[in-house]
Amino acid sequence: MSVDQANVRRIARLARIAVRDEELPHLAQELNAMLAFVEELNAVDLGNAEPMTSVLPMQMKMRQDVVGDHAGPEIVTGNAPISEDHFFLVPKVIE
Amino acid sequence: MTTQTKSSEANKPSKLIKGATGDWEIVVGMEIHAQVSSQSKLFSAASTEFGGAPNAHVSLVDAAMPGMLPVINAECVAQAIRTGLGLKAKINNRSVFDRKNYFYPDLPQGYQISQFKHPIVGEGEVVVDVTPTEQIIVGIERLHLEQDAGKSLHDQSPTDSFVDLNRSGVALMEIVSKPDIRSAEEARAYVTKLRTILRYLGTCDGNMEQGSLRADVNVSVRRPGGPLGTRCEIKNVNSIRFIGQAVDVEARRQIGILEDGGKIDQETRLFDPAKGETRSMRSKEEAHDYRYFPDPDLLPLEFDQAYVDQLASHLPELPDDKRSRFMRDYGLTGYDAGVLVMERASADYYEAVAKGRDAKLAANWVINELFGRLNKEGLDIETSPVSAQQLGAIIDLISDGTISGKIAKDLFEIVWSEGGDPLALVEARGMKQVTDTGAIEAAVEAIIAANPDKVAQAQAKPTMLGWFVGQVMKQTGGKANPQAVNDLLKAKLGI
Amino acid sequence: MTQPVDLTLAQARDALHAGKISAVELTKAHLAAMEKASALNCYVATTPDQALAMAQRSDARFASKDAGPLEGIPLGIKDLYATKGVHTQACSHILDGFKPDYESTVTSHLWRDGAIMLGKLNMDEFAMGSSNETSYYGPVVSPWLPNGWTQDQARKALSGDKKGLLVPGGSSGGSAAAVAARLCLGATATDTGGSIRQPAAFTGTVGIKPTYGRCSRWGIVAFASSLDQAGPIARTVQDCAIMLRSMAGHDPRDATSFDAPVPDYEKSVGASIRGKKIGIPREYRIEGMPAEIDRLWNQGIDWLRAAGAEIVDISLPHTRTALPAYYIVAPAEASSNLARYDGVRYGLRVPGKDITDMYEQTRAKGFGKEVRRRIMIGTYVLSAGYYDAYYVRAQKIRTLIKRDFELAYANGVDAILTPATPSAAFGIGEKGSADPVEMYLNDVFTVTVNMAGLPGLAVPAGLSSGGLPLSLQLIGRPFDEETLFSIAEVIERSAGQIQLPKPWWE
Ligand SMILES: [Mg+2]
Ligand SMILES: [Zn+2]
Repeated sequence: MSVDQANVRRIARLARIAVRDEELPHLAQELNAMLAFVEELNAVDLGNAEPMTSVLPMQMKMRQDVVGDHAGPEIVTGNAPISEDHFFLVPKVIE
Repeated sequence: MTTQTKSSEANKPSKLIKGATGDWEIVVGMEIHAQVSSQSKLFSAASTEFGGAPNAHVSLVDAAMPGMLPVINAECVAQAIRTGLGLKAKINNRSVFDRKNYFYPDLPQGYQISQFKHPIVGEGEVVVDVTPTEQIIVGIERLHLEQDAGKSLHDQSPTDSFVDLNRSGVALMEIVSKPDIRSAEEARAYVTKLRTILRYLGTCDGNMEQGSLRADVNVSVRRPGGPLGTRCEIKNVNSIRFIGQAVDVEARRQIGILEDGGKIDQETRLFDPAKGETRSMRSKEEAHDYRYFPDPDLLPLEFDQAYVDQLASHLPELPDDKRSRFMRDYGLTGYDAGVLVMERASADYYEAVAKGRDAKLAANWVINELFGRLNKEGLDIETSPVSAQQLGAIIDLISDGTISGKIAKDLFEIVWSEGGDPLALVEARGMKQVTDTGAIEAAVEAIIAANPDKVAQAQAKPTMLGWFVGQVMKQTGGKANPQAVNDLLKAKLGI
Repeated sequence: MTQPVDLTLAQARDALHAGKISAVELTKAHLAAMEKASALNCYVATTPDQALAMAQRSDARFASKDAGPLEGIPLGIKDLYATKGVHTQACSHILDGFKPDYESTVTSHLWRDGAIMLGKLNMDEFAMGSSNETSYYGPVVSPWLPNGWTQDQARKALSGDKKGLLVPGGSSGGSAAAVAARLCLGATATDTGGSIRQPAAFTGTVGIKPTYGRCSRWGIVAFASSLDQAGPIARTVQDCAIMLRSMAGHDPRDATSFDAPVPDYEKSVGASIRGKKIGIPREYRIEGMPAEIDRLWNQGIDWLRAAGAEIVDISLPHTRTALPAYYIVAPAEASSNLARYDGVRYGLRVPGKDITDMYEQTRAKGFGKEVRRRIMIGTYVLSAGYYDAYYVRAQKIRTLIKRDFELAYANGVDAILTPATPSAAFGIGEKGSADPVEMYLNDVFTVTVNMAGLPGLAVPAGLSSGGLPLSLQLIGRPFDEETLFSIAEVIERSAGQIQLPKPWWE
């Protein structure tokens, strides 16, 4: 499998990373180098192996249903690049 | 007689609509997002309380601060299992949380934690009461747990959207039905029944105005018995009435296109109740690639059968069982029993009234008088001004002959608006039925004496008796025992 | 007389308890050394006021006989750890100006035990790198002199383009270099594919990546959640043991955290390894491995045998697959973990003509090249049509890798000895510019351990022909860090304490 420039554009869009046209050939080449690197995995006999879901056999612990931490709107929005009245502001979204 | 049919491929289509070129069948499947009743969120300890100042119910986890990790709420898991049991569904003792990746300003993590390949609940079914006498079975495909998103306000400024994360991370159950629904009416009935079950279980408050229950409605049309058509998903319909309207207008839209030789594009649409139409959602146009994969911050969700059994043993009686029991134990009609079990609180109210009393009389009073009045006033059973105890006392007064049914209605009005103990009210206001034959006899005689012409008429035509009864009741202020009046009049008039 | 900064952590602890030095004195000595070494670029933020205030409190606790296990010990903290009110940016532009209002579990354990924070340490951006060259704050310079270089030559390069100076390894390059340059007594680090062990190996320091789940990940900026693990870098095995005891422990805020008591690791340091079965995996003798690495490995085997250990050849047949599989799993998880950096709630925002444009511009500008590359490959391997071929396959291979180790341990192997890196440190700008994979090969020996969730420790064992430190790696059974400390101490003792470079940079 190899990626072409259209693929790179699609992936960049999915990842929300702007790419300029002139970057595309280089990015495609880099991605292809990585895909070539992982290519050898296709030769591995997987047998009956299940995909790993947790690296160590642990049971997931659960929390009790208790209201605990509210950071508080001050802290929640305190690092925001743009906020107003404790709302985060973003360029207008059209639904 | 109640009929149950399973609306599926195998059965003959039941509810066809006429098009210009022949009959069409609507096929509907639904994804219901039901907010889990819990104190705190699915993966954080922030409150689930509705409303609140912007970003007030937000933890560092909900705001996706760097390095924050999800920890699952045990109660949300229990609620999902209870719901699964209530839907007679398969409970999966091992399920997996996946990340659904996409960018949106009210999705702080850049992914929603959901369950994709291995949901906590598998296949089940709901018996849906389409009409009091018609039931269908709608299959449940699955139920999974997932996080709600925050809220974006778009009308605060011309240039910006305002993002509030209070709802971000609240637990939802996504309940996916099979495409077993064949009409707007069935769609409404399905959601109504599902909501009833959730409320019985106490796993979701079903409050559609507050968004605790939202429906994504998948609509397609086909020729009767033909292959399934292309479906459109109508997102986030937030009332049962709108669900019905959305199904109808969308089906009609699709039929129109198909009959004009067009084809249906699979897309996400929005129902506009004001215009009574659905329209394509521009923002959802982009092809999605959610890149689901198991959330590496969480381990698989596992529990043993003993835990499920323990939850099952504490499950409340569900509406279908309750309805059967009401029919069996109280001798109610399917219709009356169905009406009474719609809400758990109503059923409980009814049982409190019916206990040790004439169960059918109690059902009449609860359904006709009480529900009628509550409806008129826009109240519900929890806020009823007349308690089960008070209504029970009124029925007791009818049953022991203290008051007539007619007086009882007046008494109900007084209790409704003024409150108080029905027996004490009857005594204080002299509403007791007159059973003293002497007093009734006097009234009867007086009326016979004053109306000789009517007496002659009555003797010729016994149906005139009613006129005399009315006169006597009028004279006694309605308190005379109607049976006694009847008997005396017949004797005196010799009919 | 030994300068305060030349003490090991254990020596400093003992001196503090004996009243031979105060926490304030020790802290001031480190702050002074840090100032003189600023050109090495180990720290991206220093917190002198906070450090001195903490030191004064430590001295007060010594006076009231209320001292914790790390009381008065000045430490450096990798920029990946959230530290309340202090620079926490994973050395990325995208977290510009971010100061969290919370403290990571691991660092709060350290402060609970009396340690002192000197500042935040440089690292590869979001821990993605093996040379500390991807940091937004520029590369860290290793305190080790390149082969044949004079101090003058090095000083000149340091104030110039840094060409030819050595990388400290990565991603915990700032941590390793600061420890080697004696700019802290120990440092926190993290390891996703080798990011503790490889820089420790490059700088002649000791680093341990504990078993996955041993240290809480809460409050540590995520790279690849199923692989990330916190651990210490320090100058001796004993120092690492002391630090790890404080860092480890169950945390209910991390669902993958292991719930069991934390042993007193220091007790294992110096314990006999007689009768321990040490596995030597034949698959680690890779093609083209320098002869000196091979010699180092054999030397290690001889030392352990001499100490009474039993040496057995083992096979870990899926070793070769670990690195490529890692470069599917880690970027996939990272592509999702880094989605939260969108310019909305914190960090950098580049305005855009609409929301999507804002996201795209912010993330294009905020992430460096290597991070963008990994997000792209991670996005690709998870995307529709490729998920099964890449991600699911890689996760199956992970199961096979883990099974290899389980089999070895089931056969009675107590620990596994391997080289830590395929080479000694290289020069800044020397690797990976043409082919990213060239840089990735640095982790060829370390990455299997992350894939299997096991503990791994790198301990210096000798010098290369160019006079640079070389290390051996020990891989243990799950949650058996104690055995690793015991064996590592034997290697450390046999090799003789490594002579760290004199401070030519001052
Ligand atoms: Mg949906
Ligand atoms: Zn959903």
